Amino acid sequence: MTARALPGKDGGAPPVRTVAPGRNYGALAPALVAAAIALLPIAVVVGIALSGDGSDWPHLVRNVLPQATGATLLLLVLVAAGTASIGVTSAWMVVAYDFPFRKVLAWVLVLPLAVPPYLAAYAFAEFLHFSGPVQSTFRALTGHVSPRDYWFPEIRSTYGAAIVLSMVLYPYVYLTSRVVFIMQGRHIGDAARTLGAAPLKVLWAVLLPVARPAIVAGVALVLMETLNDIGASKYLGVPTLTYSVYTTWLNRGSLEGAAQIAVLMLIIVFAVLMMEKWARRQQRFHVGRGSQMNARPPRVKLTGARAALATLATTAPVVCGFGIPLYVFGDYASRRLYQLTEPDLLDALFNSVVVAASAAIITVFVALLLIHAARLDKSRPVAAVTRLAMIGYALPGTVLGLGLLFTLAFIDNSIDAWMRDMFGVSTGLIFTGSAAAVVLVCSIRFLALAEGAVRGGIEKLPPHIDEAARSLGRSPTRSATSVLLPLLRPAVFTAAVLVFVDTVKELSATILLRPFGFNTLATSVFEDASRGVPEDGAMAALAIIATAIIPVVLLSGALTRDRDANL
Amino acid sequence: MFVSKGRLSAGIAGAAIAAGVAFAPAAASAEGTVNIYSYRQPDLIKPLLDAFTAETGIETQVLFLDSGIDERIAAEGSNSPADLIFTVDIGRLQGAKDAGVTQPVENAAINDNIPPQYRDSEGHWFGLTTRGRVVYASRDRVEQDTITYEELADPKWKGRICIRSGQHVYNIALFASMVAHHGADYAETWLTGLKENLARKPDGNDRAQAKAIHAGECDLGLGNTYYVGLMQNNEKEPEQKEWAASMKVLFPNSGDRGTHVNVSGMALAKHAPNRENAVKLMEFLASAEGQEIYAERVYEYPIGPGTQPSDTVKAFGEMKPDTLPLEDIAANRKTASELVDKVGFDAGPSS
Repeated sequence: MTARALPGKDGGAPPVRTVAPGRNYGALAPALVAAAIALLPIAVVVGIALSGDGSDWPHLVRNVLPQATGATLLLLVLVAAGTASIGVTSAWMVVAYDFPFRKVLAWVLVLPLAVPPYLAAYAFAEFLHFSGPVQSTFRALTGHVSPRDYWFPEIRSTYGAAIVLSMVLYPYVYLTSRVVFIMQGRHIGDAARTLGAAPLKVLWAVLLPVARPAIVAGVALVLMETLNDIGASKYLGVPTLTYSVYTTWLNRGSLEGAAQIAVLMLIIVFAVLMMEKWARRQQRFHVGRGSQMNARPPRVKLTGARAALATLATTAPVVCGFGIPLYVFGDYASRRLYQLTEPDLLDALFNSVVVAASAAIITVFVALLLIHAARLDKSRPVAAVTRLAMIGYALPGTVLGLGLLFTLAFIDNSIDAWMRDMFGVSTGLIFTGSAAAVVLVCSIRFLALAEGAVRGGIEKLPPHIDEAARSLGRSPTRSATSVLLPLLRPAVFTAAVLVFVDTVKELSATILLRPFGFNTLATSVFEDASRGVPEDGAMAALAIIATAIIPVVLLSGALTRDRDANL
Repeated sequence: MFVSKGRLSAGIAGAAIAAGVAFAPAAASAEGTVNIYSYRQPDLIKPLLDAFTAETGIETQVLFLDSGIDERIAAEGSNSPADLIFTVDIGRLQGAKDAGVTQPVENAAINDNIPPQYRDSEGHWFGLTTRGRVVYASRDRVEQDTITYEELADPKWKGRICIRSGQHVYNIALFASMVAHHGADYAETWLTGLKENLARKPDGNDRAQAKAIHAGECDLGLGNTYYVGLMQNNEKEPEQKEWAASMKVLFPNSGDRGTHVNVSGMALAKHAPNRENAVKLMEFLASAEGQEIYAERVYEYPIGPGTQPSDTVKAFGEMKPDTLPLEDIAANRKTASELVDKVGFDAGPSS
């Protein structure tokens, strides 16, 4: 083993690039198994799509897809532009300038991540409704009485949905770009500054190009969340492709047609992923964490009106993405304080936390496995399989849930039949009838989040850091765990938090796969919302936000500490 | 080291044990249980199920789903724990039968309590309550006290009607009844006319239409009868009482074929492990007592001979239900859904 891990005869070839006969099956096999499990439900969906006869398509092509594709693309473009500009601007502000409340804002800016898009959509619609505070104030000021007296922008539109989604999804871009700004700020930023460039010029000419892969990675996550969203776009009346998946299935009784649209969407996503990979391939940059980095990056101190403007600009996204939902649901919840002590709420809270923690652990572990395998074996098939395993994120939750339901039920029934034959014992539904299915579907769904975060972390490290250990005789897996893993701590933590938070917010797959008597916070909010009384679910909605906030705050704190320790 | 391999494995094992303890699957086929897969929220059917348990000692478990009950039962196959399917909307009842996840029930007690037009001719599903799809009209701005669905396409209502998404099951059923009565061509013209009369893009739920009438955004709204009762009696959000008070309920087509009604109903799952108990629950639900508890809780109309709706519901006025068989509505749902897409209904009025 030791001998195999040593560099080749000439001593110069990096052992990482070694392919067969040095192929490390011990590390590859678990990764490939994990990838196969993640791919199974997706393969089932593709199978359903292929089993269709295409009879839905004349109607879809004539009356549905032109509008749905147009609305989806417009939404994607707007949300990408919105999240990129908000995320990058706010990250740059808190890294490069000093202004009142900067320190608080630096972590508060992450908070909208805790708000599920479907709750944000409801809150925005209530807040901006005719009888909501905004329009009421407007009428009081202008003396208007009827909604027909004046024009007010319509939140229930593609533009409205783009605003809502941008306000809760920009933290993905904020998180990824802030890390790069902090790490790169010293090095090349300083070089540019010594040549006389102003901070803004440094941003445009130097830092943005360097941060592009990180920004694109963040935006790619945003786009997949936008694409798979059904709650917000349905509530705000945007006829997206995902919405037509549901109407084709539920109103026209064609699961095959629905699966075909979903597969079409997967192709779009694959294109997006390729785009992201392409963007990342443009540059390789690694940060040597030298001693000079212990100095704080110099922040330009803003004063007077400019300071106020900076505070205002960085506060606005938090007020919109977090403040408005908190205000709307807080108002309803304040009239339902008795719900706080109801066992149902505590039960749902417990289930949410356990499912989210389990999914986070499993997902991060699998992401590490996949990335380790891809580093060890640079062959195309391994790269392709590990990439493909991520695309579950882009499927509407219900569709992925159905794929997993059919898969698990088939496995359960096969085991049951075999046990009956062999031992005369019925094992029933082992996976389908338990919350393991819920943990599994969330793990598959959010694998892309964990993989993205861990990969981002690895790419920031010097490339051959673990090879030093390997040249000293450690096996690839041992050098990865003893050298890489400790350095990846912030990235692993980020990955776990992102998966935890998204699992707490997850609704559509959970509701399909859960067993009897199993409520999460998200499903209990939905039960009330679907009865037409979302206000009764306000307390559970706040609990979702609160449960998600804790790790988000820890994450923000950890990232700040990481910077202080290393910069 | 933050995550040593050992600690990571320990963490996973710990989470797995916690998950195992927390999620031990409920014994699905224990004695004296009925397992219900429901599209109706547990909160709505709880009083009814509690009354059943009090009377028979048989426990019930409810799994609420938003979609996919048929797919789930089909996938679970002969091991499925589902005994009963609970749902609203004829499309879903018929859909369950078409998906092959139901079994017929031939039971005199049930059949006596449910008129033939409200149950499947082969006994695969049974309606329990009905709800009318009615017109909410502003008390201040609408003079007339009668209306027809056909009339909603009349240009005199231009810019005055509010409605939820055309693809919502309640609207699909109403539009399907228009297709059944008048044919697809008429329905298409009618839908276009209705769309052009809308005050805004279809959105929200039925209650939001009442809110919009109260706010003055529109004069007419389409909604189900029971929302009126829910709003009138909403103690937690008293504002909704004002919405209800600002409008009157018009039962469309009272002068001719009657108002379009949809049902809430039940079906026996194909592989029901507790078949006997499930049929007992079906008998209870179909009984006059069961129907009245149910109808009272949800402000719907019980359908059995001799049953009475609650006082709140009676106060809406007399409802004459359209006698079109529900199976005909189910058969035209797909056409209705396609027409909604075809006329671009959900995009709202063109000007």
